[in-house]
Amino acid sequence: MDSRPSEAELAVKILVAGGFGAGKTTMVASVSEMRPLRTEEQLTERSIGVDDLDGVERKTTTTVAMDFGRITLRTGLVLYLFGTPGQDRFWFMWDELAEGALGAVVLVDTRRLADCFASIDYFERRGLPFIIAVNTFDGAKPYTADDIRIALDLDPEIPVVNCDARSRESTRQVLISLMGHVMTAMARR
Amino acid sequence: MTGHEWLDEEAGPIVRAFWLTGGRTESGNRTDLDLMTLVVRTTEPVYGSLLLSPEHEAILQLAHQPLTVAELASALDLAVGVVRVLLGDLLNDRRITVRAPSSVTRFPTTRIIEEVIHGLQAL
Repeated sequence: MDSRPSEAELAVKILVAGGFGAGKTTMVASVSEMRPLRTEEQLTERSIGVDDLDGVERKTTTTVAMDFGRITLRTGLVLYLFGTPGQDRFWFMWDELAEGALGAVVLVDTRRLADCFASIDYFERRGLPFIIAVNTFDGAKPYTADDIRIALDLDPEIPVVNCDARSRESTRQVLISLMGHVMTAMARR
Repeated sequence: MTGHEWLDEEAGPIVRAFWLTGGRTESGNRTDLDLMTLVVRTTEPVYGSLLLSPEHEAILQLAHQPLTVAELASALDLAVGVVRVLLGDLLNDRRITVRAPSSVTRFPTTRIIEEVIHGLQAL
């Protein structure tokens, strides 16, 4: 297998994590050509009733759809966005998704702050650079970056940015912030 | 499994997905196929014994230029696990070659990150 660096086909892998319903799908779709990506997984009896789906039809499909986006930055340089599955029972997929990732965006809904704790723990343990993007939903109470930092018990160097996951421009800024943080993290190693 | 898997409504999509592979969940090929592994079809004559399914053909058609496993699965609207089996078949017959996920994620350099930032700014 040829594993030499190929300038012609460089791919950057970014994860978009966060609780179920935090806006991951919206964010990936706002900035990239959006494609669903399916993995096969069997819904077991155990998982019935586990999903916290207020007002959403309970899914009984046995394939798991993940959000998957692609942004061509220039010829031969492509950025791939992978949304992490929001439900706890899909943790087994995270290691594969995180493999080779450059960094992650943890999307936060301030109304359900605790939903992102697991993602933050995971990336901290794995040593993957991440930033917090606070999705400013209509009706969500505005918090300062410091409020969020304290609530999430974040290291001071982890950027906390506000965003509107629906906006292409906003998502673009989030990704630029993440890349800046990745660069800082690399310099510190 | 209840023993009635063919009648179980929830088993439906799984049955359909792996029906494409003749029920196989492994191809016998041990090559590591990461989501970001690049797949490209080979041009040399093939002496393999594989009877190509329409899905195999579709992969070969898409992979005339290097594509990631994730993109192939997405484009074919097939589950990743199914695509891995089909890719294993094609690897066994040397109809495709695969390359490790591109180096940028494993050995990122400041220059490449800068390029990504510039690329994002120019979007």
